[in-house]
Amino acid sequence: MSIRLHEIGKHFGRTQALEPIDLDIAEGELVGLLGPSGSGKTTLLRIIAGLETADNVAGARILFGERDVTHLHVRDRRIGFVFQHYALFRHMTVFDNVAFGLTVMPRKSRPSSGEIRSRVHRLLEMVKLEHMAHRYPAQLSGGQQQRVSLARALALRPDVLLLDEPFGALDAKVRQELRRWLRHLHDELNFTSLFVTHDQEEALELSDRVVVMSNGRIEQIDTPDELYRHPANRFVFEFLGDVNHLEGTVRNGVLTCGDARLAVDLEDGPEELLLRPHELELAPSATQHAHLPVCVTAISPVGAEVRVELEADWLGEPWLATVSHADYERLHLTRGTRLYAVPRRWHRFPDERREQAAPLPVAVS
Amino acid sequence: MSSRIFAIGLGSTPKRVLPGFGLSLGISLTFVSLMLLLPMTGLFGQLAGLSLAEYWAIVTNERVVASYVVTIGAAAVAAVVNAAFGLLLAWVLVRYTFPGKRLLDALMDLPFALPTAVAGITLATLYSSNGWMGQLLEPLGLQVAYTWVGIALAMSFTSIPFVVRTVQPVLEDMPNEMDEAALTLGASDFTGFRRVILPHLWPALVTGTGLAFVRSLGEFGAIIFIAGNMPYETEITALMIFVRLQEYDYAGASAIASVVLFVSLALLLAINVWQGRFIKRLHGGHG
Amino acid sequence: MQRIGDGIAVRRLLIGAAVVLAALFLLLPLVAIFAQAFARGIDVFWANVTNHYTLAAIQLTLFIAVLTIPVCLVFGVALAWLVTRFRFPGRRILQTLIDIPFAVSPVVAGLVYLLLYGRTGWLGSWLDGHDIQLMFAWPGILLVTIFVTCPFVARELIPLMQAQGSREEEAAVTLGAPGWTIFRRVTLPNIRWALLYGVILTNARAVGEFGAVSVVSGAIRGQTNTLPLHLEQLYQDYNTVGAFASASLLALIALLTLVAKAGLEWRAARREVHP
Repeated sequence: MSIRLHEIGKHFGRTQALEPIDLDIAEGELVGLLGPSGSGKTTLLRIIAGLETADNVAGARILFGERDVTHLHVRDRRIGFVFQHYALFRHMTVFDNVAFGLTVMPRKSRPSSGEIRSRVHRLLEMVKLEHMAHRYPAQLSGGQQQRVSLARALALRPDVLLLDEPFGALDAKVRQELRRWLRHLHDELNFTSLFVTHDQEEALELSDRVVVMSNGRIEQIDTPDELYRHPANRFVFEFLGDVNHLEGTVRNGVLTCGDARLAVDLEDGPEELLLRPHELELAPSATQHAHLPVCVTAISPVGAEVRVELEADWLGEPWLATVSHADYERLHLTRGTRLYAVPRRWHRFPDERREQAAPLPVAVS
Repeated sequence: MSSRIFAIGLGSTPKRVLPGFGLSLGISLTFVSLMLLLPMTGLFGQLAGLSLAEYWAIVTNERVVASYVVTIGAAAVAAVVNAAFGLLLAWVLVRYTFPGKRLLDALMDLPFALPTAVAGITLATLYSSNGWMGQLLEPLGLQVAYTWVGIALAMSFTSIPFVVRTVQPVLEDMPNEMDEAALTLGASDFTGFRRVILPHLWPALVTGTGLAFVRSLGEFGAIIFIAGNMPYETEITALMIFVRLQEYDYAGASAIASVVLFVSLALLLAINVWQGRFIKRLHGGHG
Repeated sequence: MQRIGDGIAVRRLLIGAAVVLAALFLLLPLVAIFAQAFARGIDVFWANVTNHYTLAAIQLTLFIAVLTIPVCLVFGVALAWLVTRFRFPGRRILQTLIDIPFAVSPVVAGLVYLLLYGRTGWLGSWLDGHDIQLMFAWPGILLVTIFVTCPFVARELIPLMQAQGSREEEAAVTLGAPGWTIFRRVTLPNIRWALLYGVILTNARAVGEFGAVSVVSGAIRGQTNTLPLHLEQLYQDYNTVGAFASASLLALIALLTLVAKAGLEWRAARREVHP
């Protein structure tokens, strides 16, 4: 079932939490809502669920397929909602939690108790928790609780599955596992899913398309690949990964900043360039185009790549470069090594004035 | 259906997600209006019949003023005693384990659970000259029953849980690191208590003592039996209201009641405001 | 672990002081009640308890408590649901208003009811014209008892329901549960012990209220005397044993209240450790 939003905005008192937003999600899509906290992503999700009411303006509409649900109560929207901290009924067993939605159906449409039992068991099998059916939520680990929460949301066979920071409270390893598992489940059952996250890695890995939000606005909607390659603006660029800044003045095709120089094909005037850590190369000597002397201040050789922190007089904030282990050994990098940074490419967002730029996103693991 | 309950008034009419807004609002407002606010109209109606001079004459009547002095004085003494005793009890209950601790803890709620009249006749009997305690204390020259000491004692009995139950949770939530930090910095027990623990407990202690004081000002049942009720000497203000009522002097009773009512509500408000300020200071403004 | 005041001497001194003072100040009165009640033996005690007027007072007291509890229960639950599950203008004021009965002297509480519903009050005189008398009769006692006990249930529920938040109820809504089902199957199981404790406190205060009731009851022996008023009369008549016989019944209810509270707290603590 597709989801279509038209002119959906939200005020809390006088503050605008969400600017009027249009959004189309196709049937069967898995879409991530990504943004820093306070960007309005959770508000948007709760409005789609019906847990929050959008501002009552003439054009505001929410459509599930052809069904207008704008003024429909949560109860009648046929959504599955997975809460950030699971919101399991703590006085009920796992079985009763999953069965709840079925047992509260009106008597006429309610399945028989035998049918309920087999359906719940099938769901528990699916989330691999058959053996936990008679435990209470407090006796389960976080990951298990989240799976119960998912099974509970799926019990009513919702048209739309909405997940609020589904893996936010879990540790990194469990999160990885559940992510993969959710992707499989989604592909298998083929419902339309929308999830909220502040973790760019999670959004990029899991989603068919990502909606990047900040300050109650949609900044960009694209596939993970497009998003990373062609960020629509500075905010998206900065939010999707580590960024190094180079500020200086261009004159005759050379950007100068202290004793650093970089050949650029730009008009004269002040400029700010943005560089990704993996787009920096480290070399023992300067090149014809780039003279960016730096000093290594920290090295973290853990992982597929080596992360190197660089400082220089002409730099306001330290730079981060990622180099291969082979390069790391070849260059004999240690703390204090002096060498030259050579950008392979750089980015700029000249239309946006500095003060318009969104604040730096919170560092995300 | 209850799923379509709309909020009343004020700008937009958001649909409530959870059910029962209208029903619970209706019940609450009806109850508060009928049971709490409507009866107050009777009091104000009665007061409206008095001229300012008449009102002033009633509330500054010599015997009534004497009752204020007795009530406030005894309540103040009871509050101070309770602050110390309550702090001791809370401290012992939180910090130490010893046999009978659970019993002691349960005993703290006795004054709330025991009807005030029962407390009243029991204290009066215990501290009368041939009572268990009276027999012991009177040879020492300490007369409790039928003096203001008895009034303070009864007040202290009925209001001690306020202090204990306000301080106890705060002391429980106090992290051990605060103690340890004080000790590693070389503080003695006494200094550590005075400089580290007491400031932490202070808001709760003042709040609890304040509540105990307010309760003591209004207490009636526990006091009248032990007080002796001698005009000008051991008559409390609540009893003055009662006396005026028995004389069918409704206007007089109302005037004195309005003073008691005003003072207790003002004190309660002051405690709330004060507490709010402290909560903000300790928890960074989200209180 | 070494903390302030953990030294053995300080520790013993403080525990000793607390236990001795508490025993003298709190336990001794409790013992005295029963000692006095049984001072002339069990037969006299029994005769006092089964005395016609005492039985009438017991009956009236229980009657009032039985009527008070459901009213306070419905109000308390409604108010707690309202202020913890919805935001609306005036929410804080409503929460403050319910503290009034705690701050108001019981005598003043009785007085305001007497002024309103008594023959001289505007509502009372109208009722009098229709031959309805509330004051100096059981309805008056019921009204003031409800007044002084109404905050207990709400005060127990509000902090708990605030701490629990409405996430579970929201989850139930997304699963299609209708309103009453949400309350019965999701909210109620989470608050039942606090609710029970609120009821126990309400009951303890309802059977024991003295100041407010003595203003509006008229204290007619065998008719409008509640147990606390009855024991006051006996005490004023120098029937100490009789007074304490009645007092011991009330003290017993108080003791049961303490036991129930300790039991509920123990249960809550155990659930925290082994959920």
